[in-house]
Amino acid sequence: MPKIRLEKLTKSYGTFKVLHGINLEIEENEFTVLVGPSGCGKSTTLRMIAGLETVTSGEIYFDNNPISHLEPKDRNLAMVFQDYALYPHMDVARNISFALRLQKLPKAEIENKVKQVAETVGLTNFLSRKPGALSGGQRQRVAMARALAKDSEVFLFDEPLSNLDAKLRGQMRAELAVMRQSVKKNMIYVTHDQIEAMTLADRIVVMNDGHIQQQGTPEMLFKKPANKFVAGFLGSPPMNFMDARIVEENDVLFAEGKEFKIAIPKKKAKSLKKYKGRVIIGIRPSDLIYDPKATSDRALDLRIVVSEYVGAQSVLMCACGDSDITVELKSETPIALGETLRFAVRSEGIHLFDSKTELAL
Amino acid sequence: MAPAIIIIILALLYPLGYMVYGSFRAWDPSQNISESEFVGLKNYITLFYDPAFRESLVVTLTFAVCVVFSELVIGVGLALMLDRNIRGMSVLRTLFILPMMIAPVVVGLMWRYMYHPTVGTFNKTLKSFGLDGIDWLGQNALLSVIIADVWQWTPFIFILSLAALQSLPRSAIEAAKIDGATSWQQIIHIKLPLMMPVLIVTALLRLIDAFKVLEVILVMTEGGPGLSTEILALRISRTATEFRELGVAAAMSNYLLIILLILTVSMYAITRIQENRAARLARQIQEEY
Ligand SMILES: Nc1ncnc2c1ncn2[C@@H]1O[C@H](COP(=O)(O)OP(=O)(O)OP(=O)(O)O)[C@@H](O)[C@H]1O
Ligand SMILES: [Mg+2]
Repeated sequence: MPKIRLEKLTKSYGTFKVLHGINLEIEENEFTVLVGPSGCGKSTTLRMIAGLETVTSGEIYFDNNPISHLEPKDRNLAMVFQDYALYPHMDVARNISFALRLQKLPKAEIENKVKQVAETVGLTNFLSRKPGALSGGQRQRVAMARALAKDSEVFLFDEPLSNLDAKLRGQMRAELAVMRQSVKKNMIYVTHDQIEAMTLADRIVVMNDGHIQQQGTPEMLFKKPANKFVAGFLGSPPMNFMDARIVEENDVLFAEGKEFKIAIPKKKAKSLKKYKGRVIIGIRPSDLIYDPKATSDRALDLRIVVSEYVGAQSVLMCACGDSDITVELKSETPIALGETLRFAVRSEGIHLFDSKTELAL
Repeated sequence: MAPAIIIIILALLYPLGYMVYGSFRAWDPSQNISESEFVGLKNYITLFYDPAFRESLVVTLTFAVCVVFSELVIGVGLALMLDRNIRGMSVLRTLFILPMMIAPVVVGLMWRYMYHPTVGTFNKTLKSFGLDGIDWLGQNALLSVIIADVWQWTPFIFILSLAALQSLPRSAIEAAKIDGATSWQQIIHIKLPLMMPVLIVTALLRLIDAFKVLEVILVMTEGGPGLSTEILALRISRTATEFRELGVAAAMSNYLLIILLILTVSMYAITRIQENRAARLARQIQEEY
């Protein structure tokens, strides 16, 4: 399995610049997820690795060999497309075996492979169906099977689950997670669904506007986002942001804003000493805990605006000053709209960002 | 409502009925049809053994099959080659449609002069290279009229194939690239099979047209030399006007009509089969989920 390296990769369509110098290294057998909002250049990056788009400048290396001049067929990779891209005139078996038949492998070997792969994805009973006679989920499996049958070293996925309904998507996501334990390959997976990213990835690469914002393990990106964009993109419901000012009182630093003043934990405070001015404070809903007895320097007083019942938990949209804050609460807690509740802030859940550069402090 | 339908049906069927009726009679243009003698199937049977009619059938069949085959090969080939976003493509496409827009009589005249043994473009060009002229409209007449028809109608197939190509699912072709298909393999295994429904219907349309061809050949060769380019339409018109055998001409027309009916019905059948298959698949999927 090759190590994949993207070096200063750019892509322009005419004068419109889509990718601005992507640098990325993907280790062997790593499952890398490219995630970012719509139009940020994820598919473009993936398709350049596949050879379906030309490289404007920069280079792609497989094991230190530049490959951007190679045709897709010479790159030894497999790809699962968002719309599955099955061959409509071939039945499932022929779809799966297309690449093998092009390689002119012996018939028996091809049949074996098709059987084996079909079993892996649970398609054994559908081998003689045409794609037109399959459901969305089954088509998705055929696409997966076709990619698996190829035995290539690099596996590319472009939003393979986005055309499925929520339930099926969850199921396929779980199956993918299981499959990826047994299939040791380099996998690059594009999605704009951050839950897919968090559950599947060894490493997440967050992109925005043709730039890589941050890369690292899901845990690292979740706990130490490099900037406000990454912080707001990963996690659900998303992180809350409020404008604040750093003030010092009796050797303690506070983040002060409209209707709140929260003490900054000592560990963080050290690096902030010289940083007095406007900041953005970010707190995830999961770091806000309903606690009427909390002291005001470690709590937010939130006025409930909307309550969304989602089962055991309710998601509350609240107001604090002029910021909108989302929190989660056990559904049995008796509350009334318009009521003000106190939520304790977990001290390790406080994230601070420069208000101009939006970089983490 | 009802009267309108009756008028339409009469207008459609009366000439047809007239022709069928006439085909059972020994009918000559100077006669009123009702005065002519009823001869039953005689006209049809005579035609069956008439070498000139058979020759004409063979010529028509040769012409139709050759032009449709060549037009398909060249038209689809060109479409496959030009299926990319080259600058100036739209100009090229307009140029390609031009031959289709010229009246057949004009096409015939044009080619007739280009084929002229001494002052025609082709032989003048050949001579300027020191080569012998070719007797285009003499012993090679059938080939020459085929070439003219191919020139006029290849663009039709080209335009339709190009449209079919560009509406193929892009990602299936990309998947084939990833699966290791060369350009040629993409054409053989993906593009052509997916274009097939359109190509079959287009070919049948052209075939129907080719069986009815008249003007271009009439202007270029008048069916000659001998019977070598006398296609059915010409034979029919000569039988009626020159030989004054309206009954036989009517019987011939009915033979041609039967051939065209078979082609048309098979074209509808093929489209219907495709539609039914799609509908059946849709039902099947619905029932399962
Ligand atoms: N052929 C093209 N010509 C011009 N611009 C293009 C072309 N293909 C893509 N783009 C632009 O490039 C940008 C990135 O597109 P890309 O498909 O990579 O986005 P994405 O991150 O995959 O988004 P999504 O999540 O919606 O799939 C978009 O702004 C898009 O409009
Ligand atoms: Mg995309």
